[in-house]
Amino acid sequence: MKKSGLKAWLYLLPSLIFLGFFMVYPLVDVLVYSLEEGYNSASQTFSGVGLYNYAYVLRDPYFLQAVKNTFILVIITVPVSTGLALLISLGLSSIGKLRELFRTIYFLPYVTNTLAVGLVFMILFKKTPYTDGMVNMLIGLFGGKSVDFIEGPYWAKMFVLCFYTVWIVLPFKILILTSALASVNKDYYSAARVDGASGFRIFARITVPMISPMLFYLIITGFIGAFKAYSDSVALFGTNLNAAGMNTIVGYIYDMLYGDSGGYPSYASAAALILFAIVFTITVINLFISRKKVNA
Amino acid sequence: MNVILMGLTKHFPSKNKRSKEVVVAVDDLSFEIPDGQLVGLLGPSGCGKTTTLNLISGLEKPTAGSIFFGKDDVTTVPPEMRGVGLVFQNYALYPHMTVLQNILFPLENLKGDKKLSKEEMLKRAHDAADLVQITELLERKPAELSGGQQQRAAIARALVKMPKILLLDEPLSNLDARLRLQTREELRRIQRETGITTVFVTHDQEEAMSISDMIVVMKDGSLNQKGRPQEVYDDPVNLFVAKFLGNPPINVFRGEVRNEKLFIGQEAVMDAPLYPNGPVTVGIRPEGFVPNDGGRFTCGLVGVEVMGRDTSVVCSHPEFEGASIRAIVSSENNVDASKKTVVFDLKPNKVFLFDVDTGRRLRPGRGSR
Repeated sequence: MKKSGLKAWLYLLPSLIFLGFFMVYPLVDVLVYSLEEGYNSASQTFSGVGLYNYAYVLRDPYFLQAVKNTFILVIITVPVSTGLALLISLGLSSIGKLRELFRTIYFLPYVTNTLAVGLVFMILFKKTPYTDGMVNMLIGLFGGKSVDFIEGPYWAKMFVLCFYTVWIVLPFKILILTSALASVNKDYYSAARVDGASGFRIFARITVPMISPMLFYLIITGFIGAFKAYSDSVALFGTNLNAAGMNTIVGYIYDMLYGDSGGYPSYASAAALILFAIVFTITVINLFISRKKVNA
Repeated sequence: MNVILMGLTKHFPSKNKRSKEVVVAVDDLSFEIPDGQLVGLLGPSGCGKTTTLNLISGLEKPTAGSIFFGKDDVTTVPPEMRGVGLVFQNYALYPHMTVLQNILFPLENLKGDKKLSKEEMLKRAHDAADLVQITELLERKPAELSGGQQQRAAIARALVKMPKILLLDEPLSNLDARLRLQTREELRRIQRETGITTVFVTHDQEEAMSISDMIVVMKDGSLNQKGRPQEVYDDPVNLFVAKFLGNPPINVFRGEVRNEKLFIGQEAVMDAPLYPNGPVTVGIRPEGFVPNDGGRFTCGLVGVEVMGRDTSVVCSHPEFEGASIRAIVSSENNVDASKKTVVFDLKPNKVFLFDVDTGRRLRPGRGSR
């Protein structure tokens, strides 16, 4: 018994060492950095220990803007993308002909590079001296006033960012949900029909509960992914996100480390730990709810 | 409520997408299920019996033909409007609901003037649960039930909305042998108590014979024979039905009718008055053999299996089609197991003659040729 336990540990050892070096140690290090006041990375010196870095970050208007942006992004894109993915998956499961073709089409954004998609979005939304962009042309066609989506008002930029994020995360969710739907035994639907259930009731009382484990998986990973959003914003608004007012928390951390105003690993560490705390809390809440609701 | 099927036909597109051929699952099926009876749809797997059940429930739309419930043509009525209860082979209990929620589900779907109050629903659900004796299991999830209990829960769910017709797809096939016998009786009792016209599908002839008021034997999508179980057993219309019913199965020999005598090999084993001359396929029920040293039918003796009330005599014969002949004789007839041969007389009503090519039953005086 003892021997086999030893063997198991031995098998786990390589990954434990790896995780220790590249996960646990840096995490502890980040915590240490975040508590060192006035840390200078060149001289490796600091003036004191305390919570000043947190206080600074939490008062920094750029950080507060980044938190606001991130939360809006999370609150809008997670429900919208999951809901849309569910609708599209239901559609895909119900059509007979051309199902494979549509599946492939819906999956294409997943294998497309984020920055390439960003470029396409620029073409769609960006205003230049020569053109207002495709979307503005459409708005003009319906008699609306043209909006600068990339450098204009905040709501317009946020709309583009959310649109873009939903578009990027949709294919993976569709993939997961179509396979979840396919794995539901058809007899349940037949039984529900014979039991006199309407289409909507079958969806609400049978389909959703049956795929609820997958739905919650998508919601949890969706939350985590959206909280860690960064590249989407860069793809649309360039690297100077603070100036554009479209920074995210991860963007703020990056800027604090390497950006034009960078070189502050302590502030970056403090911001990273605040992000960690937020994601951790939300995930725990999610798991708590899913324990009660999900039928595994 | 009686159910009438008229020229019911169902084609499925072929699995192979390129071929234009269709699979004929049900072929021009017509019969009537009398009101309040328990009917067994019987046939080998792939004979279209489950498709027939799905057509009655409305889950499948027929390619041709029509279905009547009483005087109403329900051919195009969707399943939710037909008022049928259906019990699936795998029960299809919703795994995320408790047994009670499962049973309540059909009632919660009722609309308009049929809508029930919460109290009425609970009362009906409890009545249904009482009927199938699962009252103490109502708060459990299906996964926490045994196969037999799941079966009962599924029947309760099908019965709770008081359907006009109850349909069961292979109701006993997922149960172990002992439970199967017990549930069989239970099914019969529930059907008697409720008086609901019930159709069940099975490939097990014993199951169908034992509890049905009427059996319908199907093969390749079409009806072969229907009637009361004993009638069908005693008077099969063709070799398939004769072979399909009965355990141990009927013994089949190559034979010939010559001058109104039935020959198997060189022996004239039985008189065959009014049968035309020519080769025939002979089917003899296991209970059709009577050991008699002065008899006319000699077989090689392989072994004797004493089973208490009966004795099973295993024999061989060169004209036999199959592995070994099995005759069931009363234990009072002593068969000497040390002998090499055994001689039988045959009971004429247990011997059936069939056309060699078509398998159709031959009857005296009006042969099919």
